[in-house]
Amino acid sequence: MNRFFSKYKNFLFVLVPFGFLWAIKPLMPSWFFIPPKSCLGGCGSIEGMIPFVGWINAGIKFLKSYEIFGLFTFRELTRSISKGIDSVLNFTEAIFYNGFENLGIEPLPWIMLFGLAIVYGLYLRGWRLALLGGACFFYLALFSLRGIYELSMETLSAIAVSAPLSALIGLLFGIVAAKRKRFHDALWPVLNVLQSLPHFSYLIIVAIFFGVGSKAGVIATIIFAFPPMTRLTILGLKGVSQEIKEAGIMAGCSKWQMLFKVEIPSARSSIMLGINQVIMQCLAMVVIASFIGQKGLGHDLLARLQNLRLGQAFEIGVAVVFIAITLDRFSQAMALKEPERLKEGNFFKRHPFISSSILVILGSVILTFITPFASRIPTEYTISISGQLNSMIKFITTSLFNPLGAFRDFMLVYILMPTKAAFQSLPWIAVIAFVGLIGYRLGKLRLAITVMLFVFFIAASGYWVRALITLYMVCVSLVICALIGIPLGIWASKNDKRTKIVQNICDTFQTFPSFIYLLPAVMLFQISDVSAIFAIVIYSSIPITRYTIFGLRNIPNHIIEASITSGCTERQMLWKVKMPLAFPEILLGLNQTLMFALFMVMIAGFIGTVDLSQEIFRALTFADGGKGLIIGLCVAFIGLTADRLLVAWSDMQKKKLGFIS
Amino acid sequence: MNSEKIINCQNVWKLYGNNPEKFINSSEDKSLENIKKNNFIPAVRDANIDVYKGEILVIMGLSGSGKSTLLRCMSKLIDPTEGKVFFQGKSLTDLSQKELIEIRRHKMGMVFQHFALLPHRSVIQNVAFPLEVQGIDRETREERASKVIKLVGLEGREKYYPRELSGGQQQRVGLARSLAVEPEVWFLDEPFSALDPLIRKEMQNEFLKLQSMLHKTIVFITHDFDEAIRLADRIAIMYEGGIVQVGTAEQLITNPATDYVAEFTKDIPRAKLLTLNSLADKSDVNEYSMRLSGNEKIINVSAKILKSESNISITDSNNNIIGSINKDKIIKILFEK
Repeated sequence: MNRFFSKYKNFLFVLVPFGFLWAIKPLMPSWFFIPPKSCLGGCGSIEGMIPFVGWINAGIKFLKSYEIFGLFTFRELTRSISKGIDSVLNFTEAIFYNGFENLGIEPLPWIMLFGLAIVYGLYLRGWRLALLGGACFFYLALFSLRGIYELSMETLSAIAVSAPLSALIGLLFGIVAAKRKRFHDALWPVLNVLQSLPHFSYLIIVAIFFGVGSKAGVIATIIFAFPPMTRLTILGLKGVSQEIKEAGIMAGCSKWQMLFKVEIPSARSSIMLGINQVIMQCLAMVVIASFIGQKGLGHDLLARLQNLRLGQAFEIGVAVVFIAITLDRFSQAMALKEPERLKEGNFFKRHPFISSSILVILGSVILTFITPFASRIPTEYTISISGQLNSMIKFITTSLFNPLGAFRDFMLVYILMPTKAAFQSLPWIAVIAFVGLIGYRLGKLRLAITVMLFVFFIAASGYWVRALITLYMVCVSLVICALIGIPLGIWASKNDKRTKIVQNICDTFQTFPSFIYLLPAVMLFQISDVSAIFAIVIYSSIPITRYTIFGLRNIPNHIIEASITSGCTERQMLWKVKMPLAFPEILLGLNQTLMFALFMVMIAGFIGTVDLSQEIFRALTFADGGKGLIIGLCVAFIGLTADRLLVAWSDMQKKKLGFIS
Repeated sequence: MNSEKIINCQNVWKLYGNNPEKFINSSEDKSLENIKKNNFIPAVRDANIDVYKGEILVIMGLSGSGKSTLLRCMSKLIDPTEGKVFFQGKSLTDLSQKELIEIRRHKMGMVFQHFALLPHRSVIQNVAFPLEVQGIDRETREERASKVIKLVGLEGREKYYPRELSGGQQQRVGLARSLAVEPEVWFLDEPFSALDPLIRKEMQNEFLKLQSMLHKTIVFITHDFDEAIRLADRIAIMYEGGIVQVGTAEQLITNPATDYVAEFTKDIPRAKLLTLNSLADKSDVNEYSMRLSGNEKIINVSAKILKSESNISITDSNNNIIGSINKDKIIKILFEK
């Protein structure tokens, strides 16, 4: 008995008080398990214990009419910013698909984009990348019966504005944060919250200050896309070796020379990776930004999905995925590109890339004068297979209707419903005690107080019950993800070939913009918790698989050799040596999976779940900026609570194993 | 040796920890024990050392002995906690940022242990970098850089990127870069430690060859006593931040100041290093059948001495007899530790 206590004392320390608080629930008044409401801010629509929503809305109202230096209002300032963005957008839109009518200049012909993608692909990496780039533009041009080409160009012209702006803002923040500790310390938590805030939550506020349409979409995208750039810039600049910096100082660099000639170039690969991240984030926002009127592929995908025109949605989805993969691989190749020695010879030999690009540009302009096919494939020659797709989807769903339906109902009745009920019965005080005790065990008082405040915020905001439903969806998905991802990771870590296969699959899946995952989910399970969880699980299994592989493959070779010579069988090696050593990484994988799941659960709200995401969509409909933001913060705090605890746990394990000190 | 002091360190301290200035200024007891007891890490303790024009001063010590920190105090990459460093008579700590940059641009060159080449620049761009930041136009700086590249034997590799070069070649680029501004003082921070033993030897020869042409004032850091002996005019030995002894290799071996120095020098083959002078019996100035110059290294003449029947006369540079030596002493040096 004593041994039992000492072995499990950490678990008992947390579980006993938690269980006790849950058990005494029937004896307690209702405020004990459902947070009380209040009328602090004047009774009306305000519902939480503390009227955060009212405060935010009052703040928005104040800001709207706040006059800066008595000259113009804050809103006039923001509106003029969006006007500026609008004119830049007009320019990129003219380049990609409108043309400059008054100058008589046509938009870029597709054949030029096609040719440039091939040349650039060859230059950056080789024929495979060239093939990908070429195929992407060929698909967009050919499958354009329903206007996919124009939509894609609209999307690209928005990205052409939002990606460079986010990268620039991210870079500037990153540089200042790397140089000024105080700025860094102030910025860091803001980045944390921004990155765990669901995108929907600030769309309304963006719309209030910046209006609607593609310009607002660009602003929302920038808010979402700059944090990873900042993080990677900081990482890169801090990673520049001390010696290189000293070499710069000894060469007599001034402060600016140091920054631009030594530090930024040395951090180049990190910064380029940041740009890659920015582009991917911009693409992820393509669909979400269409909620505030961004035109392009996202808007049409959303509309088709809403009308359950799955064939057409699929066609557009493929276009989004194609663009995403192409931009991802190209920007990655750009990040990894090393400067090369110039070949000897004439201009063509020395600059093969520049000269062939010029050739492509000239050639495609000439072609447009010869044949209309070069500028845009005429509509009668474009194709669409959405009809065939539709009948295929219909066939699949009807033939699978019975087994899938049975599976769905089984899941709902025997697993999901009871779990949901169990989660909903959690008393809020018990949950606060639970996270606090875990936090205390893992990292002492500071961590405990932080996570308790996070949870208290959710309880006080008035969305406690909804938050519990979100939590239930995430937890169920997390368990399924772990059941899929960990075994898959173990399988994949066996040899290089398997690792490569699984990593490639992960890379590709991760490139898909999240909305795409709703397509198969709705096709197979209609609209229910099962389809939502299905979508979450496909998307969120990626990180846990990745981290499991990483953890298992990065065990030092001498330890493996030592266990072989000790006479371990394969199985003993896995369970007695590899898994314990990989455990901290697997925990980090779970943490990432949870973040992915939270992100996806919000998008799944689009196909009808009744958790926080539904409330966000409702706020979106009623343009309730405060509500959207507060619910967003609730989601962010669920994420941050889990993040703090899991990372602390992983660190503790790593310390135990001596990986970090 | 010219006696002009180029660098002059006076009571230089560098401690790491919480508010070391206060400790230095207020504490009476600045012994190593007391420093450690107060949770400071002693990087440099009360260093007093001069570097003379044209000499190679090697600072020697094990890792963590503070040799790199002392070098960085001399180049003002690190601010000493206390004490002054004079560079050609000017106190480095009192110079403005602008004046410091000027000194670094024209008078100092530094070579780093891990080369510290800029990965995005080709060899010639790396070498020309210190000239570029001075604002020298491209043609001039590349011309000057090419000359230095030729000097270190990398002709033909100007357009290569660092990743395309071997370690030894990369350090040649490092040497070239530090020489591009024609500095007066050359700082080398364990420049050959990251190289394979054979390459290291080659680079040491190269370094001596360069110095015989350039006559720089050099501060060279190493943890390798053999390297120190090969290269140094004078050696400073450091231990836990303090300079234990400064002197020529011969002085360190014949007259170690502490057990620590003795421990270092005990495995060094003395015959290679000591001259006959250090063994001569100065009281016996008789004429024997053989005369040898006192400046000869023992290893070079030991065979002759051992073959000789009698004692041998030792002479100074004017061939006057100043003492004598007998075989026993030579045998002792050659075969005993």
